[in-house]
Amino acid sequence: MSSPLWYFTRGTGLVALVLLSGSVILGIASLSRATSATWPRFVTAGLHRSVSLLVVLLLAAHIITAEFDTFAPIGWAAVGVPFVSTYRPLWLGLGTVAFDLLIALCITSLLRAHLGYRAWRAVHWLAYLCWPVAVLHGLGTGTDTRLSWVLGTTVVCVAAVVAAGIWRLAQGWPSAPSMRMAIAATGLVVLTVGTAWTIRGPLQPGWARRAGTPRNLLEATANIALDNRHSPTAPGGAA
Amino acid sequence: MTATTPPTPGTPPDRLPRLLRGLRSDGQALSWDEHTSVHGRLPRTKHDGGGDPHLIEAVRRAGVVGRGGASFPTGRKLAAVAAAASPRRRPLVVINGAEGEPVSSKDRVLLRRTPHLTLDGAQVCARAVGATEVVVATTTSAAAAVSAAISERDQRNADGVPTVVSVVPERFVAGQYSALVNFLEGGPGLPTFGGPGPHERGVAGRPTLILNTETVAHIALVARHGPEWFRQLGTAAEPGSTLTTAVGSLRRPGVYEVPRGLPLSGLVGRCGGPTAPLQAYLVGGYAGTWIPADEAWDCPLSEDGLRPAGGTLGVGVVMAFPSSACGLRETARILRYLAGESAGQCGPCVHGLPALADGFAQLAAGNAQNDIVRRLENWAWQVNGRGACRHPDGAARLALSALRVFAADAATHAHHRPCVHRSPLGARITPTAPR
Amino acid sequence: MTWRLAVNPITCEAHGLCAELLPEAITLDDWGYPIIDGSPIPRDLLRAARRAAAVCPTLALLLRKENP
Repeated sequence: MSSPLWYFTRGTGLVALVLLSGSVILGIASLSRATSATWPRFVTAGLHRSVSLLVVLLLAAHIITAEFDTFAPIGWAAVGVPFVSTYRPLWLGLGTVAFDLLIALCITSLLRAHLGYRAWRAVHWLAYLCWPVAVLHGLGTGTDTRLSWVLGTTVVCVAAVVAAGIWRLAQGWPSAPSMRMAIAATGLVVLTVGTAWTIRGPLQPGWARRAGTPRNLLEATANIALDNRHSPTAPGGAA
Repeated sequence: MTATTPPTPGTPPDRLPRLLRGLRSDGQALSWDEHTSVHGRLPRTKHDGGGDPHLIEAVRRAGVVGRGGASFPTGRKLAAVAAAASPRRRPLVVINGAEGEPVSSKDRVLLRRTPHLTLDGAQVCARAVGATEVVVATTTSAAAAVSAAISERDQRNADGVPTVVSVVPERFVAGQYSALVNFLEGGPGLPTFGGPGPHERGVAGRPTLILNTETVAHIALVARHGPEWFRQLGTAAEPGSTLTTAVGSLRRPGVYEVPRGLPLSGLVGRCGGPTAPLQAYLVGGYAGTWIPADEAWDCPLSEDGLRPAGGTLGVGVVMAFPSSACGLRETARILRYLAGESAGQCGPCVHGLPALADGFAQLAAGNAQNDIVRRLENWAWQVNGRGACRHPDGAARLALSALRVFAADAATHAHHRPCVHRSPLGARITPTAPR
Repeated sequence: MTWRLAVNPITCEAHGLCAELLPEAITLDDWGYPIIDGSPIPRDLLRAARRAAAVCPTLALLLRKENP
């Protein structure tokens, strides 16, 4: 459907992914001791905070437009509770998970002084779970994954965050070498599995059905696709 | 304080020694019977566990000040702990026998050779603040003697408040009060930052009275002979006797009990005099102050007496430094030790103490840069007061006093002229106390 | 009501953001650790002081109220 709400949902989703990736990179960059007159360290810290809050706002728009768009039934419970929607329950649910994590990260950060440093830091590690889950949600739920520029944007975001992660490990954080090895290994596995899955999953025809799009929607979009055969922006991809 | 039984034999000593009275010549600990025949028994008082303001008042009137280095008025500390006590938060007493200063031996002497005196004092303090337990924190070398003494006392039901021994690590900072609290709570025994202070919230959140071994030993005698007797020696502001550890180029180095305020010359005399011409004294221990020999000669051994010379008595270590040795080299060696003993928690200490140690080593070796003295002074002022404990302060004090007292040598070394002192390289004048 | 800055030297890791935000009251020593003299913070610097305490990555900078 070319409903404006649906475009808005997808648009805010993609921009949120870009900004979330930026926030993760800024968070990693704040570990650097490099500082200059034009870019003092508090700028990195402040940007990380502002960008993260902006992501929350974009996600609010993303979620609200998705709910109000009547094409795909999602249900308000799915905003906070993962895997309960009828539309692509797993992949949409991952979005819920990422959103819940992000809310937890933001609230604990706003209340950092009352929480104490150690408790805040423990929760903040979840950022490294939130971001990949968000990427998977975008690839799995997003109906534009096979568009070259959408896929390209996702790849660039992933590459940038991975590069930042490698830089951090190379700088020697965390300090225990065994921890760094474990993290590098985990990251490599996740990246490999994720890439393989992307190629064999969302990038293949028929993904919409396999991902759990309800049948009636598949049929509806199939009819539209037949009508708009040459339009590359039809939702649901090729039937 | 009120006594319900008349005091048993053990007349108040009108002269020295007080704490070191009746020590055995074979170096073994005084048994309970030997101890009571020398000092008499502790007067028994009615002990209901709720604290005894009369005891606190007696300690306050006696003017006892802490012998652990800070010279804090002990009566005030007792009152603070007693005031913080409540039925749900009963105080505990910690006897600090960690003696982290390696040159000091006084606490070890007390605990190994006359442990019952300290244990008596611990009971008095526990009664005074209403504590429910006593912990003697000490090193392995003294733990056995203290444990044996506690067993003797258990057999005689001598103690109202149970006493245990806790063996602490042999680190310089182990005796620092927050490090001690941290250790007794099961932590690594490193200083902590913040919080209201152990008198209010110490071990397990309870009001904790932490007193040096020697302070407590004095209290044991105040409880027997009274505050006025205690004041018969010493000065008005710092009454009583005090234990000093005299080391260095002296005929008879060792632990000596002297009246507080005795001129340093008196202590040197008791040690049989110097074995070589002296150029300076290091007073207060490794974290102490260098004082030129002629200036130190008439200095009273008290906080008030040493303050004009920029020094503190601290734990009472006096090191006689000969003219033949190089003060800068010695200071470099001590700073290297202090840097190694850092708890490693605070940036200024972790970075600043090695910088001082390296700088002094270069200066002593004669291959430092021309502005080394200025840089050393700068670093000393940068580390002072900026750690969680007073460890960097001690190193700063040592470094600054060395630059002042050995200024002529510093100028010689800084301009790469040969050192005038003939002692062989690496001569260790300051002995590390055997443990 | 006076406000004073203090730093927890154990938690401080010399990130230096505090000195960037409040150079009037905080300078860094030779090793990057903040030197704070403990004097009262003037009124016009209070906002910056609060921000400096909030931005410290390890929450080592403390802004404490002192009751008269």
